[in-house]
Amino acid sequence: MTARIEIVAASKSYPGVRALDDVDFDVAAGEVHALLGENGAGKSTLIKIMTGAATADAGELRLDGRPLAFASPADARAAGVGAVYQEVNLVPTLTVTENLALGRLPRRFGLVDWRAARLQARQRLRKLGVEIEVERPLGAYSIAVQQLVAIARALEDDTRVLVLDEPTASLDAAETTRLLAIVRELRDRGMAIVFISHFLDQVYAIADRLTVLRNGRRVGVGTAREMPLGKLVPLMLGRELEAVEHARAAVEARTGEPILVAEGIGKARVMAPFHLSLRPGEAVGLSGLLGAGRTESAKLVFGALRADCGSVRIAGEEISPSPRACLARGVAFCPEDRKAEGIFAELSIRENIAIALQSKRGWLKALSRAEQDRLARQMIEALAIATPDAEKPVGQLSGGNQQKAVLARALVSEPRVLILDEPTRGIDVGAHAEIVALIRRLTGQGLAVLVASSELEELIAVSDRVAVLRDRVFVGELSGADINLKAIMRTIAAPGPTGA
Amino acid sequence: MRPFAPPSPNASTPRGAPRLVWPLLALALIFTVDGIISPHFFAIRIVEGRLFGNLVDVVYRATPIAIIALGMAVVIGTKGIDLSVGAIVAIVGATLDWRIHMGDPHIVALVIALAAGLVCGAWNGLLVAVLDIQPIIATLILMVAGRGIGLMINLIYEGADPSFVSPLLQGLSTGHLGLIPTRIVVGIVLWIALWALVRRTAFGLFLEAVGANPKAAALAGVEARAIKFAAYIVCGFMAAAAGVILTADTHTSDPVSIGLYSELDAILAVVIGGGSLDGGRIYLLGAVLGAVVIQALTTSILTSGLPPEYNLVVKAAVVLVVLLLQSARARAAVARLATRRKSLVTRRTP
Repeated sequence: MTARIEIVAASKSYPGVRALDDVDFDVAAGEVHALLGENGAGKSTLIKIMTGAATADAGELRLDGRPLAFASPADARAAGVGAVYQEVNLVPTLTVTENLALGRLPRRFGLVDWRAARLQARQRLRKLGVEIEVERPLGAYSIAVQQLVAIARALEDDTRVLVLDEPTASLDAAETTRLLAIVRELRDRGMAIVFISHFLDQVYAIADRLTVLRNGRRVGVGTAREMPLGKLVPLMLGRELEAVEHARAAVEARTGEPILVAEGIGKARVMAPFHLSLRPGEAVGLSGLLGAGRTESAKLVFGALRADCGSVRIAGEEISPSPRACLARGVAFCPEDRKAEGIFAELSIRENIAIALQSKRGWLKALSRAEQDRLARQMIEALAIATPDAEKPVGQLSGGNQQKAVLARALVSEPRVLILDEPTRGIDVGAHAEIVALIRRLTGQGLAVLVASSELEELIAVSDRVAVLRDRVFVGELSGADINLKAIMRTIAAPGPTGA
Repeated sequence: MRPFAPPSPNASTPRGAPRLVWPLLALALIFTVDGIISPHFFAIRIVEGRLFGNLVDVVYRATPIAIIALGMAVVIGTKGIDLSVGAIVAIVGATLDWRIHMGDPHIVALVIALAAGLVCGAWNGLLVAVLDIQPIIATLILMVAGRGIGLMINLIYEGADPSFVSPLLQGLSTGHLGLIPTRIVVGIVLWIALWALVRRTAFGLFLEAVGANPKAAALAGVEARAIKFAAYIVCGFMAAAAGVILTADTHTSDPVSIGLYSELDAILAVVIGGGSLDGGRIYLLGAVLGAVVIQALTTSILTSGLPPEYNLVVKAAVVLVVLLLQSARARAAVARLATRRKSLVTRRTP
């Protein structure tokens, strides 16, 4: 099989990062080639090079054997490479026709020929087996249809290579099946397709070959048969097996009443219903690959995402989870995306730290300035937040210090249960160890801690139990001495129920 | 853990203090020009037992807008805006006049009028906080309808002369307590009360948190809805207080022209005072200073002998300068120009 599109020995560096290092990748006509890897593996960079959004520092790009250089995405489109990105880059308020015609409006006597545009729009959609009213605004249709319109837009008459970046991320099971069927049909018509998804079951359902990237290098390539889950997961996570041992091997079995019990909570399209319980003094880890549903599970427990089934009990009391109800009962949460959900950039470190405790106390019982100063000083010291003083706006701190400020906010809210989503993301190595030590100290003081993390070492180091997630389903739980890299990877890769 | 370096006590500045530099600078600039044009500008005399003079007059006239701007600062702090404050002034004035004509004791009429302001604020709060309509559109509704509602209230006692005399209300508006005009005292009392509500309770922190990052505020357990709702109620009340002062001043209900464009002046006052329409910070003192800057400008133009026709354009020009001073980008551009010129000069001189 000759390659339709081929990348040979591509390298690309950004300031401070080697995003791609000597990577080969090729897709044949009539083939679906899946591109896999965790955050920062280099998937996006590779796609950008293929679609003209970036140029490689070194290496070659060939289309049907001819060396090419794309100066812009328009170049790539003209050469027959189309792409559909994760964030649908269409305009929901415009009609389907307008979305499909944007940038290539048919003209007649210098005016836009809307009749021709509508006709073309219908034709393009029919190729995908989609019959919809093209004069309605795109936003009126489901995400699935919008995704198909995005694909239709990417498919020109002469498109030979199609890049699909997480096309099923927000689709339900039926919609996904439909989309995969269309992808198969395109493949059978001879299209070369690059398929990127963190849903591994979909990857196995559709991909002819898989390529795994890690830290900018290609670490594996082969047919789906040659690369079963058991081989794939260690490649993606890329750990030296047995390098880290469970640090809490001697943990006594924890009995006693759980402080937090989540029973069968879930949310359609987001997370299959799951059970989770936390005992005082216990740290539970949430593990899984990118997109497995770690963040979603943590948010469902805290009520930051509204569950549509199941119940949550805190200290025996059934509550309807909301951040407010949880905080009032001593459950605190540190979000992963601190910029969007964590910090108040304009407010001072002191105010950022005080706010959760303050909202727990209500607006009338204001923390005195002296108390706020004391809490802020204490936390700046305890977490080693690098700042001249507590009045500095948090937005002016470095990322790691912002993360610490958000953690400090949760810690001063007098929690009994602490939910941490990626507590060490963006934190330097030294602080990393400090946070792990802090989590251990907190559980030693009787706090229950739930840690969602992509860092397996971190989870193994702190957890008494690890819940393993795959494709938005809880697929297993490890506890005590069973917690090690091999076991976690085996559980991720084990055959079992899969979700949407 | 790392060794702990105690924060230096001098490093922290009182909140908002640097922001106040710009309105104060603008005020100083305006008054300097005034002092050059007319040497007697700053003279203050005591006439009939009260203070008289341009400076007193500026503060006196600025008071209603300053009171409205205080409420506006609270709303803008939540990343909202209230375009309906001028209309609320009209509704409150009409309500006050109506109740007086109905024979209510004037103190009761005053309470009812203020309550009308609260109702207006609650309406805005309902639209913005509960129904989640964009603030600019939500408050536009009352802005458009408010003066009409005022006219309809006037219809209730159709035919009767709408003018009224009230020692109580006119005392509040145009009277004086000792040497000081009463409305200035009222304004200061409202300012202190609002400051206490915002800064002595956690209300201010919650308002600013909601304005700075609503998602993070929700995750920190702040009830964004209730906070926003309360912000519009506060704004409605402040507009009502200003409405009482303005109505008592004119002795009549004139919904068509009372407090006209006061929403724009109030927003401008907040911005001149260092507030950002992006929300997240509330500067009450800044808003008051902003209102004084605007009035100082108006008064200066009138006393300078410029034809009154110049008023609006000169005002706009000065406001533009103040805002450019506040813009970090504009300041940086000026600094770049300055250094470039300096480097040119140094290159030329051997």
